[in-house]
Amino acid sequence: MSARLPVFGRLPRGGCPVDDAVVGRCEAIARAIRRRDAVMIHQAGQGHIGGDYSCVDILVALYFAVMDFDPAAPSNPERDRLVLSKGHAAGALYTTFAALGLLRDADLDTFMRPESRLNGHPAVTKVTGVEASTGPLGHGLPVAVGMALAAKLDGSPRRTFVVTGDGELEEGSNWEAMMVAAHHGCANLTLVVDRNGLQQGATTRDTTALAPLQAKIAAFGFEVVNVDGHCYPELIPALAAVGERPRCVLAHTVKGYPISFMVNQVGWHHRVPSADEVARILAELAEPDEGEES
Amino acid sequence: MSEALVDCRDTFARTLIELAAADPRIVVVVNDSIGSSNLGSFQAAFPDRVVNVGIAEQAMVGVSAGLAAAGKIPFVSGAACFLTGRATEQLKIDVAYSRAGVKLCGQAPGMAYGELGPTHHSIEDLSWLRAMPGLTVIVPADPGETAAALRWMAATDGPAYVRIPRLPVPVLPGGNEPFTPGRGRVVRDGGDVSIIATGVVVHRALAAADVLAQEGIEARVVSMPCVSPLDDDLVVACARQTGRIVTAEEALISGGLGAGVARVVVERHPVPMRLLGMDDTLAPTGSETWLLEWAGLSAEGIARAVSELLDDVGPRAGAL
Repeated sequence: MSARLPVFGRLPRGGCPVDDAVVGRCEAIARAIRRRDAVMIHQAGQGHIGGDYSCVDILVALYFAVMDFDPAAPSNPERDRLVLSKGHAAGALYTTFAALGLLRDADLDTFMRPESRLNGHPAVTKVTGVEASTGPLGHGLPVAVGMALAAKLDGSPRRTFVVTGDGELEEGSNWEAMMVAAHHGCANLTLVVDRNGLQQGATTRDTTALAPLQAKIAAFGFEVVNVDGHCYPELIPALAAVGERPRCVLAHTVKGYPISFMVNQVGWHHRVPSADEVARILAELAEPDEGEES
Repeated sequence: MSEALVDCRDTFARTLIELAAADPRIVVVVNDSIGSSNLGSFQAAFPDRVVNVGIAEQAMVGVSAGLAAAGKIPFVSGAACFLTGRATEQLKIDVAYSRAGVKLCGQAPGMAYGELGPTHHSIEDLSWLRAMPGLTVIVPADPGETAAALRWMAATDGPAYVRIPRLPVPVLPGGNEPFTPGRGRVVRDGGDVSIIATGVVVHRALAAADVLAQEGIEARVVSMPCVSPLDDDLVVACARQTGRIVTAEEALISGGLGAGVARVVVERHPVPMRLLGMDDTLAPTGSETWLLEWAGLSAEGIARAVSELLDDVGPRAGAL
């Protein structure tokens, strides 16, 4: 069972126009990342594949088509930054890093093994490219607001993106941070909510309902747009845009996307795919020409 | 020791202004705490370098970690009780675990808020923050130690926490030395017992030594501004050379200076000890000075504890 990940080149920034070639390229990168992630989690025997899969397209859009980020100079002070606040999706981040060339494919074989740099949650001190240590929920947004404020103080155009889960927004620290970002006019900040509607134990609706989420975040001073979080022609322009105020992209996603037996299943929050299930995942994520042959 | 009392909050404001003038990366982050941090003069001098997040300590610490990650040197200043209690996980994850260069300044530490009650006291901070690897924890005793701590924090990568004393204190002898992590200093020598103290308790320990001298007991007094990491070698030297140790702090002894010193003593050179401070109790209503006395941290209280220890364990066998 192998799904070795090549390094992919980045697309023109903004990807505009988001034509079929751009979309096809992003989708191919995302398929490769998801394949590698399934194998990595299976080997590790641990991971959060459902939440990984729901945010892969967001990460691909940001790192490959939107952000001013050079994988060859990941510490450039003027880089755009991405804070993955839903740190349990570390698998998605690490595999995306491998696709960017920030990690080697072989590094992924160490995921969650003893002494590995690749914790189950990303650590800023261990992996170049990780912008903030996350895992406990509600930490990424305040840190991202600090990064955005620093850019404003510097008079720099660099941008800060933060990807949160939706269940994560039950943590009050997010709402503190939104008030700070709005008050200080951080138009250089984009909050991307991976709105898959599921959290560890149940749907968000049955836990502590977030709705009306768009109205809440808008009331906290953000410009809010809704997109299909797996649709690059919607994602890329929404993420590339900068407005007058801090921005929120509510990315409507599907946990476990696009695997037929994983989508919208609470259990796939941290269930580990068996060898048979990995084979099915790889088959469903096969490249189109390969798929026709199988 | 000069008898004139000094407000270390003035030292805090003056030193931060001096540091910020020299380093444009320095910013101040507050939680509506400009006044309580005595930072009005800083705000007047550097209006664009103050980030007020409002009454939101989790955001305050997280935002500061982000500022540090993006090249700033944030000095975060708020009431010690809220800064450390309300944002403990941010201190653990965003600051200590991430080794972010966040400079935490706890105002009105210990029982400085006196009559406001235990909700506003910060006697747990040393226990909580000493538990965080890589976070330097500093409890200055006087203006010299306060300024030295701030200068070191500004010049050093990585996170640190400093308590800014609210109760006016006298200037201690030799207090203008540069701060060195893991280093304490002997402010009065003596061979019968060591009183290892920190913060506003140090000058009370010195006064206790005066009382004890009248009883024929020569007490060494150590100021330990760095309570994490501790000056292990100085603790061991005190154990070897004086044979008895009393610690004194305006904090919970279960995780503060007392616990730290006791661990070193037990592991490296066991001697009889007493730990003075707060222990599994909540303070009644009273001013800070009254509460220090209530907790046995006045000069008389410390002297009494030393005398009782020496009475209980008797004279030590043969000094080195």
